[in-house]
Amino acid sequence: MSNITLTRQVFDINNLNLWYGDHHALKDINFPINKKEVTAIIGPSGCGKSTFIKTLNLMINMVPNVKMTGEINFNGQNILSDKLDLVELRKNVGMVFQKGNPFPQSIYDNVAYGPRIHGMKRKVHLDEVVTKSLMDVALWDEVKDRLHTPALGLSGGQQQRLCIARALATKPDVLLMDEPTSALDPISTLKIEELILELKEKYTIVIVTHNMQQASRVSDKTAFFLMGELIELDSTSTIFSNPADERTEGYITGRFG
Amino acid sequence: MEKLAPAKDRLVKSKQNWVDGELRGKILVLLCAVIMITATISITIFLGTKGLQSFIKNGVSLIEFITSTKWNPTNQANPEYGVLPFIFGSFAVTFLAAIIAAPLGIGGAIFMTEIAPSWGRKILQPVIELLVGIPSVVYGFIGLTVLVPFIREHVGGLGFSLLSGMIVLSIMILPTITTIATDAISSLPKSLREGSYALGATRWQTIRKVLIPAALPSLLTAIVLGMARAFGEALAVQMVIGNVRNLPTSILDASATLTTIITLNMGHTTYGSVENNTLWSMGLILLVMSFAFILLIRYLSSRRKL
Repeated sequence: MSNITLTRQVFDINNLNLWYGDHHALKDINFPINKKEVTAIIGPSGCGKSTFIKTLNLMINMVPNVKMTGEINFNGQNILSDKLDLVELRKNVGMVFQKGNPFPQSIYDNVAYGPRIHGMKRKVHLDEVVTKSLMDVALWDEVKDRLHTPALGLSGGQQQRLCIARALATKPDVLLMDEPTSALDPISTLKIEELILELKEKYTIVIVTHNMQQASRVSDKTAFFLMGELIELDSTSTIFSNPADERTEGYITGRFG
Repeated sequence: MEKLAPAKDRLVKSKQNWVDGELRGKILVLLCAVIMITATISITIFLGTKGLQSFIKNGVSLIEFITSTKWNPTNQANPEYGVLPFIFGSFAVTFLAAIIAAPLGIGGAIFMTEIAPSWGRKILQPVIELLVGIPSVVYGFIGLTVLVPFIREHVGGLGFSLLSGMIVLSIMILPTITTIATDAISSLPKSLREGSYALGATRWQTIRKVLIPAALPSLLTAIVLGMARAFGEALAVQMVIGNVRNLPTSILDASATLTTIITLNMGHTTYGSVENNTLWSMGLILLVMSFAFILLIRYLSSRRKL
């Protein structure tokens, strides 16, 4: 039984602590993340949820004065060890940010960026990856006639889907989404949520969200963070109907946060 | 307690306040703007009329003026007014200086913003400000005392040459290019860097494939501004370039530029004489070129994507 659980895990985080200078931002986090599930992370502002998701692809290293202890095992390899190949990790753990951040280049070049920097040169192969990635995010029909026009000419929702396509183009196992719809209108948000439900057939998704309805709509597991601690991690239905911790219940019912 | 006027009266615009504050301030800044505009327009008109006199009044042929390589205005019997060598000299030192200063300046800017933002900036920033502060006559003096003999002994020729002019100019325009390029790169949104790093790009890949293309219009603006400065610089170039009237055939040949010929000859020609008027015509060419540089900068800025 426990063996099966182990192989289903993509990430296994043990006793993760993180400091920004003197500020203890993540405290003893133990967090398994299962394959092909959507895990939502909720919690009030400043609770460490964005910090946590940024540790999974080590984007957190861009912040000065960060110190981490503990283990983050990705497919059995501790990514906090010195031997880690950062390029390989980020190729396998894609990330989508709060606001769509396409490069000021063409739609095609945006999606082809990842494969190109990882050494793909043949145009046939690139064409194939670009087409497939754009189809995966349901953007292909909207942009197939203007692949070589500037990506910044797309609407906000389209830009965000383009960024998802760009992340998918490196063929990752995991897709991290840091409040991916916080800057979008309701219709674009709905499209992204539908997309998340489709993508989970192929990818493991971790999504940080402020929107609790969103968490309940798209995720299988929900984790509640508060003041740098992981308060509760359970199936989404349990968290929203019958949470074990009263702080979780307080947050979900809107008594604080 | 002071009695407040009824709401209805307070809503009516007070004429006194308007005259006291708003109007006075408005007139003051309008005056500043008018003075600046008048100065620019007057200089342009003056230079235009003076510069065209050699063609209209003295009958110098415009075609000969800009295509002939023979400059001999003091020959009484058969004066010749060809300034092509000087136009060529101006463009040559400008482009050559840009070829050296552009990579150095942009490289320095990338170093300061991306590679070593903390200590790199702390050292390079004051160095650049110091370079701006050195007067051009000092650049020329150093060029004359150090660079010219060095080139004469180790490279060849007289030492007074296009090469000397280009080296002196490239150091002079380096701060312009570096400063503007630094601003251009550091003003790129952080999200671009994040997007690239999150896809597994290395720092160098991010710089080369995302940041430089995104900043390209601004970087070109930086280069053009540097070139505009080089094109107009007179004193330092004059001290090292040799000031001969022949078209240079190699980079080690002495040469002259529009600006150096003007500064050399404006003192000893009589106001109103043909030679003096042709100097004004050269000034007009400089003005036209600086307009062209400004147009180019405008065009590049309008292409900025972020």
